[in-house]
Parts: sequence; C-alpha cells; structure tokens
Amino acid sequence: MWSKIRVGMVAILIGLIAIVSYRYLSGQTIALLQPKGLIAEKERDLIYLATVLMLIVVIPVFFMAFWFPKRYNENSKNAEYLPDWDSNKALEAIWWGVPIAIIGVIAIVTWKSTHELDPFKPLAAANRQQRIQVVAMEWKWLFIYPDEGIVTVNHVLVPKDVPVSFEITSDAPMNSFWIPQLSGQIYAMSGMSTKLHVLANSTGKYEGLSANISGYGFSDMRFIAEVVDKNSYNDWVNNINISSSKFGENEYQQLSIPSVANTPQYFSLSQNDLYSRIVAKYNDPTMIDGLKLQLRSSNFHNHAEDK
Amino acid sequence: MLGLLTNFAHLSGKTDPVILGAQIALIGGIIAVALVITILGRWRWLWYEWLTSLNPKRIGVMYLIVAFLMLLRGAVDAFMLRLQQTIGSGGGEGFLDANHFQQVFTAHGTLMIFFVAMGLMFGIINLILPLQIGSRDVAFPFLNSLSFWLYLVGVGIINTHLIVGGEFAATGWLAYPPLSGIEYSPGPGVDYWIWSVQIAGIGSLLSGVNFFTTILKLRRKGMTLMRMPIFAWSVLGSMTLVLFTFPILTVALALLALDRTFAMHFFTSSFGGNPMMYINLIWAWGHPEVYILILPAFGIFSEIVATFSKKRLFGYTSMVWAIIAITFLSYIVWLHHFFTMGAGANVNAFFGIATMVIAIPTGVKVFNWLFTMYKGRVRMSQSMIWFIGFLFTFTLGGMTGVILSIPPADFQLHNSLFLVAHFHNMVIGGVVFGYMAGLTYWFPKMFGFKLHEGLGKAAAWSWIIGFLVAFIPIYMLGLMGGTRRFEKFDPSLGYHPLFVVAGIGVVIIGIGVVLQVTQLIYSILNNKKLADKTGDPWDGRTLEWSVSSPAPEYNFARLDEVNYRDEYWERKKTPAADLVKYKDIEIPKGSPIGMFIGIFAYLFAMAVIWHIAWIAALSIVIISAFVVARLNDDDIVKTIKASQIEKIESSYGGM
Ligand code: HEM
Ligand SMILES: [Cu+2]
Repeated sequence: MWSKIRVGMVAILIGLIAIVSYRYLSGQTIALLQPKGLIAEKERDLIYLATVLMLIVVIPVFFMAFWFPKRYNENSKNAEYLPDWDSNKALEAIWWGVPIAIIGVIAIVTWKSTHELDPFKPLAAANRQQRIQVVAMEWKWLFIYPDEGIVTVNHVLVPKDVPVSFEITSDAPMNSFWIPQLSGQIYAMSGMSTKLHVLANSTGKYEGLSANISGYGFSDMRFIAEVVDKNSYNDWVNNINISSSKFGENEYQQLSIPSVANTPQYFSLSQNDLYSRIVAKYNDPTMIDGLKLQLRSSNFHNHAEDK
Repeated sequence: MLGLLTNFAHLSGKTDPVILGAQIALIGGIIAVALVITILGRWRWLWYEWLTSLNPKRIGVMYLIVAFLMLLRGAVDAFMLRLQQTIGSGGGEGFLDANHFQQVFTAHGTLMIFFVAMGLMFGIINLILPLQIGSRDVAFPFLNSLSFWLYLVGVGIINTHLIVGGEFAATGWLAYPPLSGIEYSPGPGVDYWIWSVQIAGIGSLLSGVNFFTTILKLRRKGMTLMRMPIFAWSVLGSMTLVLFTFPILTVALALLALDRTFAMHFFTSSFGGNPMMYINLIWAWGHPEVYILILPAFGIFSEIVATFSKKRLFGYTSMVWAIIAITFLSYIVWLHHFFTMGAGANVNAFFGIATMVIAIPTGVKVFNWLFTMYKGRVRMSQSMIWFIGFLFTFTLGGMTGVILSIPPADFQLHNSLFLVAHFHNMVIGGVVFGYMAGLTYWFPKMFGFKLHEGLGKAAAWSWIIGFLVAFIPIYMLGLMGGTRRFEKFDPSLGYHPLFVVAGIGVVIIGIGVVLQVTQLIYSILNNKKLADKTGDPWDGRTLEWSVSSPAPEYNFARLDEVNYRDEYWERKKTPAADLVKYKDIEIPKGSPIGMFIGIFAYLFAMAVIWHIAWIAALSIVIISAFVVARLNDDDIVKTIKASQIEKIESSYGGM
C-alpha cells in the first residue's frame, strides 16, 4: 500500500517537473539545441546520437538499480537466495559485449565527425570564403576584416550562407572564442593563431562570449554575433568604411588598456598586417614598430593600487 | 573605468565583511579549541596519543577531522558562489565582484579536491586498508605521519590569507598560465595556491609510496593478489596512479613557481615559454587524479554491496580487470580536457576514443554490482542508500562524460555549465557518496559504535535529492549556452529561474549536511546504546571485521593464514578451536619529527611567497637536519607484551 502511494507521488512529482520545465524552456533559447549554423547543427546531432545510444545501457541499469534491491530485499518473501553464486560467464560476456559494441559505434562516429568537424578545416561551399581575424583583449574582442579593411570591437557581422574563416589569437590571457548557436569554441592564445570555420544559415543576433577565464573582466567579454543577408552586409561594410575613423597601431595601443563591457565600436583599418604583428610580437619580443610587448596588466593593477 | 578601479581598491581585503567573518570564525575557532583542551588538561594526551602518533588508525582519524572541517569551509564557499550566481543572473549586483568571485571558486575547487576528497580518502585508507589485508601496520609508519603533516601544511597555507588578509588566486583551481603568470597575477594569491598544493601534493606522493608498498609487501600470508578484497585492489590502482602522476604535478608547479619567483619563462607567452605545456602537464596529473579519487570509492561500494546482499561479490575477476584497465586508461586520456586547444583531428579523435573506452570497464563494474544484489538478501542500511543513489547519479555522469569525450560535441560543451554538472555528478555522486558510504560502513570499526541509522538514511536521501535538484538545472543551463565561472549573466538570457532551482538543491544538500552533523552528535552521545561489542556489526566478509571495534593498536594478535577471498565469512562458517599462545608484538614508537618538518615546510612556503630568502634557506637546512636525525634514530619501536595482549583480547572475546 505505502509503496504504491510512494510510487504514485514520485510519478506526480516527475510529471509536474516535466510540465513546468517544458513551459519554462519553451520560452527560452536553448542555444546548443537550437543552432543557427551548419557546424552547430552537426554538433547538436552528435550530442543527440550519443545520448540515445547510451540510453540502451542506461535505462536497463536504472531499471535494475530500482528493481533488484526491492525484489531481493531481505524482507521480501520467497525470493531466491544464492549466497555463493558469483560468476556466470555468459552474463558477463553480455555486459562486456554490449558496452563494447555501443562504444564501438560511438568511436567510429567520433573518428569520422572529429575529422569532418575539425575547426581548422575550411568549409566547402559555393560562396567565396569570408575572412575575419579575431583578437581577444583585456576584456573585449577585436574583429579585423582584412579584405574589407574594417575593424570592429565586440560586434561581429557575418553574411548568411557564406563560409566564414575566423583566425583567432589573444593579446591577453588565454580566452576561448565561442558563439554557441553558430559553432563550438576554440582557444585564443597569444603568439598563436587558431582557426574556426562556420557557416551561418539563418539571420539574427546571437550571443558570443569568452568561455575561458581570463581575469577580472572575463564575464563581460560578450559580443554580438550578427548574421545578415549579403546585401545588408555590403551596406554595413561600406558605411563603416565611409564614416569611421582610422584604426592603426596608435588606436590599438589605446584599446589595449584593460577595460570592461565596451560598447561596440567601428573603424576602418589603416594597417593591413595588424593581426600578424599582434601574433608575431610574442614570438619576437625585440620587434620594434610601436607594438612592443608590454606588461599591461601589471601596470593596470599598479594603477588600481595607487587609487 | 573609474568604477572598475574602485572595485579593485576595495579588494585590498581588510574591510570586506565576508573575509572579516572568515577571519573571526577561524581565529575564534582556534582559540576556542585551545581553551577547551587547556581546561580539560588534555595537552599531554593530545601530544602523545595523537599529534606524535605513528599509528595509522590515529593518523586516519586526524585526516578525517581535518577533511570534514575543510568540507565545511568548501561548502560555505559553494553556497556563496551559487547565491551570487542566482542574484547575478537575475539582474542584481550581488555581494561578490568578479575578482572576489574568482577567488572563491578557485579556493572551493582546490579545497574540495586536495583537502576534502584526498583527506577523506587517505583517512579511510589509513584506518581500513592495513586491517583489511591482515597487516599490523603500514610499510613506512613514519613516512605516513610525515604525509599527514604535509597535508595539514597545505591546509594551513590555503587558509593563511583568511587570517593575515590579502588575496587568494583568482585563476581557477588549475591556475592556467599565462593568467597565473606574474604579468597577469602579480599578487601573492597564486603563490599561496602553488605552495599549498605543492606541499600537500608531496605528502600525497609519499602516501602513495607507502600504501603501494603496504599492499604489495604486507598482505597476510596466504592472501594472494586474487584473494585480496576489492577495496584493497582499488587502492592499489589508485596508489599506482599516485606514484606515476604526482611527480608530474610537482614538476609543473615547480616550473610555474620558477616563472613567478625568478622571472623564468617556462610557461610565459613570450621569450620562448609555452603555456600549452603547463596545460598538458597539469592534466596529465589532473585526469588520473579524478580516478585516484573514484577508484577507492568503487572499492568501498564493492565491499558494501556484497556485505549487505549477504552474497559474494559478483564477477570478482572482472572487477579486478576493470580496475586494472581503468588505471591504465586514465593515463592516456588527459587531452580530453582541452580538445579546444586546436590539436589536429587525429590527435583529438585518438584521445576522445581512449576516453570513452573507459566507460566500458566502468559499465562492467556497474553490472557486477547490480548482479551482486540479484538473488541476494539485500538489507537497505544507510550505506546501501548511498550506494543506490550512487548507481543512479554515477550512471548519469558516465553518460554525460561519454558525450563530452566526443571532440566536436565537446567544442560546444567545454567550459560550459554542462561540464560543471558532469564533474559534480562524478565527484559528488561518485566520490562523496562513496566516501560517505564507507564512513558509515566502517564507522563502528573506527570508533567502536555505530552511527544512528534513521538520521543517516535521512541525510543520504537529502544528499541524493539535493544533488539532483542542484545539478540537473546546471546541465540545462549548459545546454542553453551558460558558461562556467561567470559571476553574473544577462537577465535576458533567462537563466535566473534555473539558478533559483539549483539554489534550492544546494539548500537540500545543506539539510543533508546538518543531518549528518546531528547524526554524529547524537551517535556520540548515545555511544553506549550504539556500541559494537562483537567487532562484526554487519555480518562482514573480510578480515577487518575479525577484530574488536575499534581495532587494538597492533590490529591482529595472531597472524593466521588466509585461505579464501571472503576469509572471515568462511571462518565464521567453521569456527576453529581457539588454542592461543600470544607472542610479543613490536610496534613503532611515536615521533614528533613529522610535525617538526611540517612546521618548517610551512615556514619555507611562507618565506618563498613573501620573498624572504634567508628564512627559506634556513627552513630547508632545518628540515634536512630533522630528516638526518630521524634516519639515525635506532630507538623507534616499542614492545607490547604477550600478557598484555592476552588481557586485551580476552576482554573482547573475539576470534
Ligand atoms: C565514463 C567516465 C568518464 C568520462 C568519459 C569522462 C569524460 C570527461 C571529459 C571529456 C571531460 C572534459 C570536458 C571538458 O573540459 O570539456 C571531463 C571533465 C571532468 N571530469 Fe570526467 N569523465 C568520466 C568520469 C569522471 C570521473 C569518475 C570523475 C571524478 C571522480 C570525473 C571528473 C571530472 C572533472 C573534475 C572534470 C573537469 C575538471 C575541470 O575542467 O575543472 N570524470 N570528463
Ligand atoms: Cu579527465
């Protein structure tokens, strides 16, 4: 009697939780499950696939974990008792075999998908590839469009259905560049350049952020990732080119001062090799030309203490 | 800009109410304890029976006490973190700014892994392992005491900044450079972190040497490896991992310290340094570390499920091979912690697949546990409640672990709250549940009386339910794109309600902790009623149950040969005639040298952190002198006379 009531109560509770979470979640963006880009879609499918495959084992385990202690409880009458029964080769073969088979399938999927979705691999598509260079700074993101000759801060605009190639570095502690609805993340590291290829397939504004702790302003390193159609994209680029001030090394130095929650800014690029110089200065500290290595952060902290 | 600067200014620490509260609690606590000891006139007793003891059962208890105190601090940290995130996701400012929040989670992670989980683990191992393999002692009793003191020094260093004021590292519990380098973290915080972990880590390495040798060399005659209880096997796996991986930690930390203290460039971004090297090294230790913690928990559950099902452990041989496989595999998967660093597809795929392969032996263990209950006589004691909770939570965590081990999926889930949920799933639902189960199971063996059942069950249920309520929402937040280590989230993201639910879960876990404390106090007050006079309260199967509770200082009066896997279970079937002739037993004398070395290790660390070279050098000289003194001391054993043993044994009347 009691146990029936208990089961009933648990069922009602689970039902309630399900309804409430459904109502709540249906009003929210579940970024990873609602991708707006090709890569993010495939990554989501992998999460689904792995989950379903593992449920083949997990559900029986949950069932047995619930049932066995009930069925073979010391108080339950006429349950069989075999105190010395401690091995059965056939059974053990099953539970070595089934997990091996499932993991085998997931392993094959892993091998294939890891190669297919390698972030360094350019995407094949009809359109010409769009290049964007990304610099993680303390604590904002700098986007350089070398072909269009523009520079933005904390706002990246990409055309829809065009493969985008991000080259990513850091002039700050290590960060991780992430636009959840477009694709997975990749680290941004000083003196190195990582790559990420994405293809957005629906217009809109998406969250972008740094997923790796990088100091005081880390949680404010959010940026807008906006996907627009090709025409609006061209207009946007032209507008910036006409109306914005120049961005060169001096402006870069200025921007390098640590700051938090910068609003988006737009410039036209006056120096084409800016990105490669930012990468290079860590490998060749003697490099002159105004981009000398500076211990910016420690200056910053000292400032703070002076106040 | 100005606002930011004032934020920094108020971080100098001294005026902060949170820090102030911690200072008062810590200093007040120390003074209160000292007063109580003085009033009771217990200093001599404390010194001879505990602080200088080389008896692993005493050392084990000291580990447990310290670990529980650190659990309380870690839990307060956790509570602050979640409270801040709950406020910070709803649009509020909260009470912790970014830097302060980062210090708190860095301390939380470090405390929970190094000083709670490791402390509980070594406590349980010290108390139970020698008994279970039928040994009178560990292989190196003095080294054991030294390990404990180095562990305590680590605890001391990580808490020092609470007393003297100032900052702790704000880098995350593994302190990746360049953020942890001197350019970006110029204060002493990271140095506190380095030396706390470094010194405790050396203690762990010495413990690894000790227990590894103990298991291989001090097993009772007749106890072949394949007759060894599974808990001992799991500890063997864990200590093997300690031996091979803690040296990596030591080196990584030493190089980071050289970078910071002597401006070297092992891990800097420029001048030829390479931060990626640090990340590799720290995980080459860090991944095995999580298995160092979970393997003994597997062992504990294996003992519990067999005992409370009154049935042999199912698939012993499979279990042993699973442990060996897991031990081996955990060395070759570390890269799954940074698939996103940009290694090529071949490298990522190799490490991803190696990682998911671990799920196979782990799954096999789960099935063997399940079939140990099958056709047994299951008694749902409090230890079994933890076990059943573990089966559910751990399976869930294993599933999310496999998802994370697929590199392209991990690109989305890495550093997200989904990852946070995964590892709490493993560490709470696996490690903590395991050690709690072990503590309730072996408590009578450790202290001579049982823990109250009803309160224990209520506590276990609170933990299980609290865990689910606290972390299922965190999984969901991860899927919504929530990132770890954020002290605030834009309210428009809609994370707030889930953080509120998670917060309720934390409160439920908190109720569990309160119930545990109540259980402990109640059981101590009623220890007569709950006393275990037989030494075998659960109808146990292995040798630890064959001696009185608590075990006598020498563990076993006689060293009868072992003939079976479940030796004690078999002995109980055919009690042997008990014609005994006791012999004198030699056991190690106490020694304060472990403590002295600890004191100077602490001084050394402080001197390095504060750049006082002469104190550092002097401390090293003094430590060396103590080591030499100990090595030359030949008067290190005392004898317990046969007549005395006879008296002790007959008063308990065991077999
Ligand atoms: C089936 C077994 C397991 C698999 C396949 C697995 C897989 C993973 C993977 C791939 C990651 C890295 C995710 C990322 O950073 O993006 C990870 C992180 C982690 N896992 Fe597991 N895991 C398993 C079991 C465990 C166990 C048993 C524990 C602890 C006792 C554990 C504790 C952790 C911790 C602490 C982290 C993250 C630490 C950090 O980043 O701060 N895992 N796991
Ligand atoms: Cu790992």
